[in-house]
Amino acid sequence: MYPSEYLYTKEHEWIRVEGDSGVLGITQFAQHELGDVVFVELPEVGQKFESHDEIGTIESVKAVAELYTPVSGEILEINEALIDDPAVLNDDPHTDGWLLRIQVANKEDLQELMSAEQYTQYVDEASD
Amino acid sequence: MLRIVIPFRLNLALPDRANTDRDEAIMKQEEGLRRSPLFPCHQEAGARLVDFAGWEMPVQYAGLMAEHEAVRTAAGLFDVSHMGEFRVSGPGAEAFLQRMTPNNVAKLKIGRAHYSALLTQRGTYVDDLLIYRLGQEEFLVVVNAANIDKDFDWLSSHLTEDCQLENQSDDFALIALQGPKAPEILAKLTDVDLNPIRYYRFKWGDVAGVHALISRTGYTGEDGFELYVPPSQSPNVWRSLMEVGAPLGLQPAGLGARDTLRLEASMALYGHEIDDTTTPWEAGLDWTVKMASGDFLGRDALLEQQQRGADRRLVGFEIEGRGIAREGHLVLLGDQEVGRVTSGTYSPTFKKALGMAYVPLNLSEPGQPLVLDVRGKRLEAKVAETPFYRREK
Repeated sequence: MYPSEYLYTKEHEWIRVEGDSGVLGITQFAQHELGDVVFVELPEVGQKFESHDEIGTIESVKAVAELYTPVSGEILEINEALIDDPAVLNDDPHTDGWLLRIQVANKEDLQELMSAEQYTQYVDEASD
Repeated sequence: MLRIVIPFRLNLALPDRANTDRDEAIMKQEEGLRRSPLFPCHQEAGARLVDFAGWEMPVQYAGLMAEHEAVRTAAGLFDVSHMGEFRVSGPGAEAFLQRMTPNNVAKLKIGRAHYSALLTQRGTYVDDLLIYRLGQEEFLVVVNAANIDKDFDWLSSHLTEDCQLENQSDDFALIALQGPKAPEILAKLTDVDLNPIRYYRFKWGDVAGVHALISRTGYTGEDGFELYVPPSQSPNVWRSLMEVGAPLGLQPAGLGARDTLRLEASMALYGHEIDDTTTPWEAGLDWTVKMASGDFLGRDALLEQQQRGADRRLVGFEIEGRGIAREGHLVLLGDQEVGRVTSGTYSPTFKKALGMAYVPLNLSEPGQPLVLDVRGKRLEAKVAETPFYRREK
């Protein structure tokens, strides 16, 4: 279920690294836990963050999730379509429901992250 | 990544969990979570379960939005077996309840129910409740799950000799069938003529062959019924209702949808809009208080507040922009806190964020702009007419 070319955080985000940048999203598990997403708040293009900074929020009818960046760097692009139609996050969290593209300034940030296999195990343990 | 979930806790960043089913079972036991007699039905339907008032209850099945919409357009089936039921009986039952609650029990006829409360001497809420008049000297009092023990102790400590109080919470499962299609669905499973059972009336009768108290009440703002049935037979009633109702659009609905539905209908929830710091005047529940019905607990305090005038009031608000105010968020005037949000959600019906809050009287008129502090960000809202949602009759 979890794409093998992505890396995963304990906060249930994924990042797809493409050269010097990465595309960030939330996982299938996260969207399922949140339920129907109604608002997505994302940072501005050009803003710079350190890894583990809070960079946005995702609100469902009954829950609020804070979004943290696993890597330091500048925001390069955000998924504008998601702002108008947040339900895409529920329908397709791993592809069309991507949140933003961020520069990966320091590749060492990625070493903390989990592989798809590790994340699957992490979620299995969490959702028993 | 989840920080706040209101009013249900669904922690995403899960702590270390048990590794085996056995540990899990023990853990549940240690947590003291109770299960409804309908638990097997929820498992069959793939419900997501949460801890609610010490019960392991379904928060959603297919999805909150779909369930909410089903109730507004067809029907939804809710398990509310966690609610508490007390029987009050004896020659002094009417006088006892008249003394313990602010609504007029003397005027309540057999076969009818009314909404009322238990109040402290200060006129604040111990709980809100329904009273059914089963007979001249017999009543069923239905209370919130989280307050069963507290309410029972409270009533016991005031009990008079000519009346008996019995906790019958374990003798009833409670199934709520809510939505415009509810009468059509229920009629398929009962010979009882449902038409004369108008809003806030009830009858005893068989539903799917099971003896039930059929009450035309609910907590969604829709037409519908609440069915009090013996726990052992309740799964049969649930499954029969789903079977005949599904072709008409009936869906099982969880506590999540129950909360968004009641909020759209501007119905108070104990622990949120009302608690032991709020009075019926402040909560806008004046209609449940009959000052002329004789003395009742809390009456003196309410009389005083009535004469002096309450200085705050529960209002509904809507947010025009993006973002949702949740329980506990502050209402600001300049930099000063002047009120607090009691419930807030995204409204599936109106496609915007709604909520309720206590505000000073001078900020309580519909149309009044409000500023809400939502996690450090200021959102503009305005006081709205309530209820937000009123069904077409």
